[in-house]
This record gives sequence, C-alpha cells and structure tokens, in this order.
Amino acid sequence: MHFIKDQGHGPRRGEPVTPHAVYAQRRELLRKLAAGGAGAALAAWAARDAIGQAVSPGRRPPLPASKSPVSGALTMEKLTPYSDVSTYNNFYEFGTDKSDPARHAGSLKTLPWAVVVEGEVRKPGTWDIDALLKLAAMEERVYRMRCVEGWSMVIPWVGYSLAELIRAVEPTGNAKFVQFVTLADKAQMPGLRSSVLEWPYVEGLRLDEALHPLTMLAFGLYGEVLPNQNGAPVRLVVPWKYGFKSAKSIVRIRFVDKPPKTSWETAAASEYGFYSNVNPKVDHPRWSQATERRIGDDGLLTKKRPTLLFNGYEAQVGQLYAGMDLAKFF
Amino acid sequence: MNALLSHRATKPLLFMLALGPFAHLLLGALNNGLGPNPAEALSRGTGDWTLRFLCLTLAVTPLRQITGWTALVRLRRMLGLFAFCYGLLHLLCYAWLDMGFDLGAIVRDIPKRPFVLAGTLALLLMLPLAATSFDRAIRALGAARWRQLHRLVYAIVLLGLLHFFWMRSAKNDFAECGIYAAVISVLLGWRLWAAWRNRNRAQAARRPNARLTS
Repeated sequence: MHFIKDQGHGPRRGEPVTPHAVYAQRRELLRKLAAGGAGAALAAWAARDAIGQAVSPGRRPPLPASKSPVSGALTMEKLTPYSDVSTYNNFYEFGTDKSDPARHAGSLKTLPWAVVVEGEVRKPGTWDIDALLKLAAMEERVYRMRCVEGWSMVIPWVGYSLAELIRAVEPTGNAKFVQFVTLADKAQMPGLRSSVLEWPYVEGLRLDEALHPLTMLAFGLYGEVLPNQNGAPVRLVVPWKYGFKSAKSIVRIRFVDKPPKTSWETAAASEYGFYSNVNPKVDHPRWSQATERRIGDDGLLTKKRPTLLFNGYEAQVGQLYAGMDLAKFF
Repeated sequence: MNALLSHRATKPLLFMLALGPFAHLLLGALNNGLGPNPAEALSRGTGDWTLRFLCLTLAVTPLRQITGWTALVRLRRMLGLFAFCYGLLHLLCYAWLDMGFDLGAIVRDIPKRPFVLAGTLALLLMLPLAATSFDRAIRALGAARWRQLHRLVYAIVLLGLLHFFWMRSAKNDFAECGIYAAVISVLLGWRLWAAWRNRNRAQAARRPNARLTS
C-alpha cells in the first residue's frame, strides 16, 4: 500500500511553485504598488505576476497563443495546477470515476479528426482538424470552470470564439439552436459499455449563447495541445454554465430550429436543465449550489467559497437572459 | 478455526486491521495524498467503510451458522462499533469539510435533501445500538429485548444503501451501488430464508405430536 501518490511531474501538491525568496520579493513589490509608490513599469510587472503563471508543463505539443482581447476572458485568479486539471475529469466515455479519463483516454485517436457542420447553414461541410486550427488566431483565455458537482477550477485554455466558425458557415434564419455531438466509438472509449448516459453525448446552446464571444472552441490548455482526457482535439468551453455543457471531443455541430434534447436532460430532466447556467440560488435537488470548492487552491479545512451568478460572468452574459425566470429555465 | 478465532491476539489484530482505512485516509490527508479533491476523498472513503463494516457485521451470523465457526460472534460487537465510528467520521466530514460547522446551514440542508436525510437517520438509529453495546447494558435490557433492539441494524443498512443509491442516482451511476445491494440482499435474504426454514421445522416437529393425541 502506498500512501503518497507520485504525480510524476511538476512540484508535489503543497509545495510552492515559486521559490520563497522570489515570492517574498513579489509580495513586497505588490505591497509597494498598492501603496502607490511605484510606477507604470512596476504595474506591468505585477500584471505579469498573475498572467505569467501559465508555464507550459511540456507534456503535449505546444500550441502558441496570444492573450485574448475578449472582455472577461482573462481572470487573474490563481491557476489550478496542470496535474489537477489533467487528472480530475468527468468524461464518462472513459469511465465514471474522476481518475478514469486520465487512465483510459490514451486510446483516443485524435488524428485524423473531422468535425461535420450541418443543419440550418448555407455552408455545411466537413472540417478537418487542421482547417479548424487555422480558422482563427489562437487566444489564451483564463476561465473559471464550475462543475455541477460543487467544485471549480481556473484553467488557461487555448482556442478562439465559436462565433468565428459560426460566421464561416453562415447560419440560415431557421437556425435558433446549436447542437454539439461528442465522438462515440466503442473501440476507443471503454466507458460506452456502461449505460450511464445515452450515447453519443449531446449538448446544446441557444444560437445567441453560441455566438457570445466568451463561448470558445478550445484546442489546448496551459499553452499546449489538449490532453485527451480534457476533450482533445477540439471541445467547447462555456464558462458561465456548469462544466457538463462544454462538450468534449466534438465530431458534429448541427444548427437546428428547436432546442436539442441533451444527454443529461434525457437522463434526468428535473435535475439538469437545458440552460444549466451557474446559479447559487438554484439548487441541484441533491445538493446546494451556493458554494464551491476550488480544486488545488482551497485547503482541506478552508471554508467553501461562494458561487457567483453566471460563474462571475454576469457583466458579460447577463443580458442574454434579461427578463427570464432563471429558476424556471434552470 | 474456532481455536484461532478465540485466540487472545485475534481481537487486537482485528482492531488494528479495522483502523487501517482510517490510518490510510489520515496519512493521505496529512501528506496531500488524496488526489485533487481531498475533502471528497475523505467523505467518500469514510462513507464506503461505514457501509462495508455494516456488511461485515451482518455477515457474522450467516457465516457462523454455515461454517460452524461459532467463535466469530466474539468479533461482531467490534465490527458494529467500527461501522458506527466510520459513520461518525463520515458525518464529521460532511459537517466540517462541506458545511464548515455552520449549524444553521446543516439544519437547513438535512431535511432538504432526501439522501442526506436517509444517511442522518441511519446514523441516528445506530446511536442506541452503540450505546447498548456494553455487557452491562445487555444484562440490564435482558437478552431478548437487547436482540430485538439490535434488529434495527436491518433498517440501518437499508437506509445506508438508500443514502448511497440516492447520492449516485444524481449521476445515473449505479454500478458500485449494485454490488452493495447484491451483498446486502444475500445477507438479509439468508436471514429470511433461515427464519422460514425454522418455522417449517417447528411445524414439522409439532405434527407427530398431533398424530399421537388423535
């Protein structure tokens, strides 16, 4: 029996990434900054302190990107360590335990890969992953990710707004919703043997939600190509909704006129609504959504932190839901 | 086997073994060895072991009768008390790690969520059993009444299973639950079958007498 799991890479949990002397020096600089005694040069240095955290772990091919100009796309919160982001996953196609995807997703073949775009669009077609990678400039975006189970992470994604693809395929006037379909291949995904969900995994957004600049197609994280367990080679990231809305390993994007029935609605419609916007006031029937535990940052005995409406993106996305009863359309 | 079970060292050995999961979780918590979500690992771990010790406790009687290892009964009390202790730790994890000892929030949370309610009820029902586990309490109650009281364990294990089932049903994931359900069905089913058999035997024993008097 071994008590201490060797993560195999990076500093062990609990050990600071930054040497203490450097850390103390930064704190000192930040304090001076707060006291107003420093110039613009120091302000830039302090900003780098937060954004410059995304040190590539060197586990996957690099995917260079520039900082996103989209409003709200770069939270300054402390990043969740790569080791946690890539080992604590819900990706039921590879098993229901959080550690299953990291163990079993190695069998996923991400090249060649194609995404079929169809339905209510003027330019339907099949997009090769290389064409998708070249469609728009890669941006780094640091998003909060709130899981419906009550935990959260801060992840530096690499990708671009889904709107870039939507504009390229020209939706018709009938396109009101967008459906996303995850790969379902028994040969590559051992979890498909279980009937936990109806396969393939299906998710959906309203067209205006899909067009919102914060909604992104992600191809990487931590400056590198996505690990398979995080939804390689291309996935959706919708930061103001519970994590399960962000479909992984997408093979099909369909534009439709009616709300698509999602996998979780099929499994338990009373518990997982179509919108599934992060909302501390609308509890899951089995647990409260008022608070959350930040993985890799909050200590074991730290009180859980309050969950924010729309996961803290209310300023950016609140107007999408103006006048809607969020308890009814949960 | 009975001699081995009655050995002086058997009880202390079982005690140390039963502390194993606790030691494992405690060391893991202190060494950051419980993965990315240690609070969840502690809650799940203590809950799993409560259910496992309940199953072990319930396995004593069938095993004893099937194998003839009568000395097994010496170990039953300790197994039951460990189930209770892991249950208390499980509650502590919930109250401390999930709710931050916010009593108001806990009181509001328990009736609101059926699965928490089922678990709480199971633990409450374990209280009188733990409290009457001493020799003196058994003597004071009398063996018959004590045995009747301790039949509560059937309700406790079913509530525990329901608690686990409801927790997992949120995620539609019943595989692990199914294993516990199967084990508990066998343990309780054996008792029903044994009771039915005993009644039949008692009836069969009465029949020759009936013939004699006619």
